[in-house]
Amino acid sequence: MAQVTFAKALQRHVDCPPATIEADTLRGVFDGYFAQFPAARTYVLDEHGAVRRHIAVFVAGELIADRGGLADGVDADDDVHVFQALSGGAT
Amino acid sequence: MSRAFVGTRKGLFTVDVGADEGPTISRPAFDGVSVTNAVRDRRDGALYASLDHGHFGVHLHRSDDDGTSWSEIAAPEYPPKPEGVVDVNPMTQQETDWATQLAWTIEPGHPDEPGVLWCGTIPGGLFRSDDRGDSWQLVDALWNVPARAKWFGGGYDEAGIHSVSVDPRGPGRVVIGLSCGGAWRTADGGATWQVAATGMRADFVPPELADDPDTQDPHRLARCESDPDVIWCQHHCGIFRTEDDGTHWVEIEEAGPSTFGFAVAAHPADPGTAWFVPAVSDEVRVPVDGRFVVTRTRDGGRTFDVLTDGLPTGASYDLVYRHGMDVDAAGTTLMLGSTTGSLWWSPDGGDHFELLSAHLPPIHSVRFG
Repeated sequence: MAQVTFAKALQRHVDCPPATIEADTLRGVFDGYFAQFPAARTYVLDEHGAVRRHIAVFVAGELIADRGGLADGVDADDDVHVFQALSGGAT
Repeated sequence: MSRAFVGTRKGLFTVDVGADEGPTISRPAFDGVSVTNAVRDRRDGALYASLDHGHFGVHLHRSDDDGTSWSEIAAPEYPPKPEGVVDVNPMTQQETDWATQLAWTIEPGHPDEPGVLWCGTIPGGLFRSDDRGDSWQLVDALWNVPARAKWFGGGYDEAGIHSVSVDPRGPGRVVIGLSCGGAWRTADGGATWQVAATGMRADFVPPELADDPDTQDPHRLARCESDPDVIWCQHHCGIFRTEDDGTHWVEIEEAGPSTFGFAVAAHPADPGTAWFVPAVSDEVRVPVDGRFVVTRTRDGGRTFDVLTDGLPTGASYDLVYRHGMDVDAAGTTLMLGSTTGSLWWSPDGGDHFELLSAHLPPIHSVRFG
């Protein structure tokens, strides 16, 4: 079960508590998570399902490679962290 | 009393002026979040706010209790770009992403079409809602006009719709302004569109292209409610006015210190009266001689008053963005806010101003409601 955690900066805007999701790709993890917390989806993904330009997603400590297709593999017990990138944010 | 909603880089402020107890500025809603625009729907009293979260995208909110609480509603979403479609920004030669970058303006529809809202976005799509923002549909007929291939960004990389002017004479009649792609008009609720920028003039393209209505850069359109054929335009290259609902625009070549600026407010009852906030030029976007003033015409643009009473007497480098000035429904109370966080109001159409704050966040928008 992957452990999914969202940055505090996002938690203040929308309900996105930590959760454990069973899936072997990031797409599966996000699909499972956003099924439980649908309001958070559009804060992380754009209207075409890609990770927003200024969001950083780490799986097991590595930045993901497939920001459009979310095909990055996720192993059991991996941590998935979602942060705001330091580019493109509020000033 | 008049109430205005002031969208800033760090939240939405509610400002009351004209009451016996003096002006008040609320604590911000959406604390710390960039609020692009906010508007009251006069048909049912609802408030709408457009937020740009930066990292987390564009989100819209609605309040049905005068701003005490807000609920997130749908945001405009572009459809997937069809397979094989090439959509290149002519200026950057980059593919245009079909994705909402900014919900630049939200405009309630005509009183006879309750629930209808319009939303102008970057990268240039107009969206329509028939259910108070619970869902949005891209207005395909405008998105698919062949002229869109010529549109490019003004201030942003991609084109954007900043003005949606609903004609009070009947539902379905709308004029929109976009940077950079001119002005467009529909008479059938968005099913068909005609360019409505003839007479505008651009000096940011070669002379042979200067009159092309498809690539004009109107910064803001403002219509006279009681004489709706009259629309004012603060354009990148000057001030223009139409007396025939955008069929033809006439340039106003003299307007006090400068004809360059972003904002315009139109008197709701007097088609000859409008206000502007001049800056030096495209290249130097600060007040002329470092002196912040408002200009006003009361004779259709033939002459302008330069209004200074209550505005800074010393060096001042405030710039007012395109949504940063508004006049109330009576045409007497004016409010404007600047990129340096200064907010002024006038109870008498600009004869006298009072500073409300010099310490707000950078101001995107001011709207009475």
